[in-house]
Amino acid sequence: MIQRQPKTVGRRALLAGALAFTTVLATACSGGDSDTAATAPAAASQADIDKAMQTPTELTFWTWVPNIQKEVDLFQQKYPAIKVKVVNAGQGEPQYTKLRTALKAGTGAPDVAQIEFQYIPTFSITKSLVDLRAYGADTHQDKFVDWTWGQVTGANGEVWAYPQDTGPMGMLYRQDIFDKHQIAPPKTWDEFAAAAEKLHAADPGVAMTNLAANQNGVWMGMLWQAGAKPFATTGPESVKINVNDAASKKVGAYWEKLIKSGAVSADPDFTDAWYQSLNRGKYATWLTAAWGPVFLTGSAASTSGKWRAAPLPQWDASKPASGNWGGSTSAVITGTKNPIAAAKFAEFLNTDPASTKMFASEQFLFPATKALLADASFTGQKPAFYGGQAVNQVFSEISSTVDPQFQWPPFLDQAVNDWDETVGKSFADKGDVGGALDAWQKRITDYAGNQGFKVETN
Amino acid sequence: MSISPGLPGVRRRRVNHANSGYLFVAPFLLIFVTLLILPLAYAAYLSFFREQLIGGTVFAGLDNYTRALGDERLISGVVRVAKFFVVQVPVMLAVALLAALAIDSGLLRFAKVIRLGIFVPYAVPAVVATLMWGYLYGRDFGPFAQLAEKLGGTGPDFLGSGLILGSIGNIVTWEFTGYNMIILYAALRTVPTELYEAAAVDGAGALRIAWNIKLPALRPALLLCLIFSVIGSFQLFAEPNLLQRLSPNAIDSAYTPNLYAYTLAFTGQEVNYAAAVSFLLGLVIIVASSAVLFLTSRRSRR
Repeated sequence: MIQRQPKTVGRRALLAGALAFTTVLATACSGGDSDTAATAPAAASQADIDKAMQTPTELTFWTWVPNIQKEVDLFQQKYPAIKVKVVNAGQGEPQYTKLRTALKAGTGAPDVAQIEFQYIPTFSITKSLVDLRAYGADTHQDKFVDWTWGQVTGANGEVWAYPQDTGPMGMLYRQDIFDKHQIAPPKTWDEFAAAAEKLHAADPGVAMTNLAANQNGVWMGMLWQAGAKPFATTGPESVKINVNDAASKKVGAYWEKLIKSGAVSADPDFTDAWYQSLNRGKYATWLTAAWGPVFLTGSAASTSGKWRAAPLPQWDASKPASGNWGGSTSAVITGTKNPIAAAKFAEFLNTDPASTKMFASEQFLFPATKALLADASFTGQKPAFYGGQAVNQVFSEISSTVDPQFQWPPFLDQAVNDWDETVGKSFADKGDVGGALDAWQKRITDYAGNQGFKVETN
Repeated sequence: MSISPGLPGVRRRRVNHANSGYLFVAPFLLIFVTLLILPLAYAAYLSFFREQLIGGTVFAGLDNYTRALGDERLISGVVRVAKFFVVQVPVMLAVALLAALAIDSGLLRFAKVIRLGIFVPYAVPAVVATLMWGYLYGRDFGPFAQLAEKLGGTGPDFLGSGLILGSIGNIVTWEFTGYNMIILYAALRTVPTELYEAAAVDGAGALRIAWNIKLPALRPALLLCLIFSVIGSFQLFAEPNLLQRLSPNAIDSAYTPNLYAYTLAFTGQEVNYAAAVSFLLGLVIIVASSAVLFLTSRRSRR
């Protein structure tokens, strides 16, 4: 018999470490008061990983990416012992509600779930996500665009998820409407405002853009671009909330003026009326994320060939910046019976070259990996919908201008709900956005206080 | 069946009757207790605690209730559904009553078809009905708006803050008039025909018959419909929840108390406070139903 040489020294110690780590996890998900680990948890050994990947296992994966079975099949081919059940539990909010309910009930939660960047703190604060450093996540940091890694990293260096796709924000505009009214694509917000007034005077039936009154994501993207830092987690029990600071008020005042003048509309987005407006040319531009171009191709097919892409107008033309809207990650959910297999699945989906390439070419997700953003076959695509413009190249360049320091609160659902009722409402009612921002600040600080957080406001 | 209580044989039979009675009720009681009583008890239990994202669960006594009693959003939600009840229910019951009387009068041709037609909206699921009406109400591309545009003006904004309550009232009336009409019509069918013959002999016309015979006979059924409507109006949830997507700024998350409790529990993760709000709503409904019963009870019976 050939003695297997252990790959690492002190294998028993490592095994014990892994066991201790899972015990810590178990107490964490039973609601115990365990402190967040200040150092990286003991890593699972390669032998454990190999063993787990060869043990017949069934994983449940909640995701709303269409046709993801193709990427899942790649994983199943590589690890035939592992079967992955793909479940569409809803897109965004509905899925998060179900996930939270399942976690509270103690059963029914998946092993891996698709979680958007902005919701990671909401789930990590309730210890619902597994720290992936134990499964080699650190080694993949360099593959991903910096700001995406920042989004999935916790306050103590934990890695909560693997970035799957991103949504750096740019501007899609109707070339034909601009040509008709001799408007040049604006490069700064001042130019945008001037163009809006001009367009409104010439044709009141067309809005320069639509700032949806129910879309907190776009607002946060605008703040992100303006360099605002509305939320920060300053400790395990404290948060800093600053949604009515000078930068936010500046952005608010800018849009308030445009909405009041009628140059910009505030219709709720992703409704029938909004789709109709896009198709009938009621909006001259759409401030959207990198997933917008493909989305528009599907939903506004009748306007093919008329759209172009450009970076967002800038506050400071010498320092191009942008924000992010959307984009998802794959996270492993606490309480999973197969943490190693789940972690490896999440890792494979988002780091394997074939899988990530398929996300870009089949589902048209905008990549989070540096490799793909530099890949000529991706950036060189020239869709006819955009008159042959290399749209991916535009957004790829925008991706590098996204500020890596933006943070989200650990209770985003409530913050978004309150935004809809204060700031969003002020857009719809053409009211005072500054006052609404103050009202939003009050609501969030009250809620945070009620939930036991120590709240700082400056 | 009067039987002297002293005979042992009779007592045994009475006990048997009681036993079989309990047996018949047992399956219902089992489900009633597990699916209604136990969750209610659990919700009551929850309402005395407070679970925070930081700090875990603490005993909060009556804090949740005190907070709810002072919560302006909850109070304005209750006032809103009360307003809704006061306007929508009389309108709906009047329409249902007129329809039931008309169909029962025998003067209507195609009565069966009309009866079915008025009832069909009740068979349409609330989700479908609300989405459909949401489209009809659309400000830019709904048919009313397009008609108004063709006539040269702009149609009323049915989904705007001014009219949204009325629009919801319209949807609810459309959905439930048929249901109430069927109850009233069934009650009308039980009126003994001798009364109609006597009235005909006395020379009463159709309207007289309706006023003096049918309406009094409908009293208990109308009361039933009224109580159902009280409960339904105060518990209004499905229609505002679905229209919220189309009109997110006119319908906020505390538009009705039920919607408020739902948002508190599932968006804000404040289940304890949501439980307290729900109990307070239940209390309001009990008070409102008792008030209705008191106001409509015949003074002669007191």
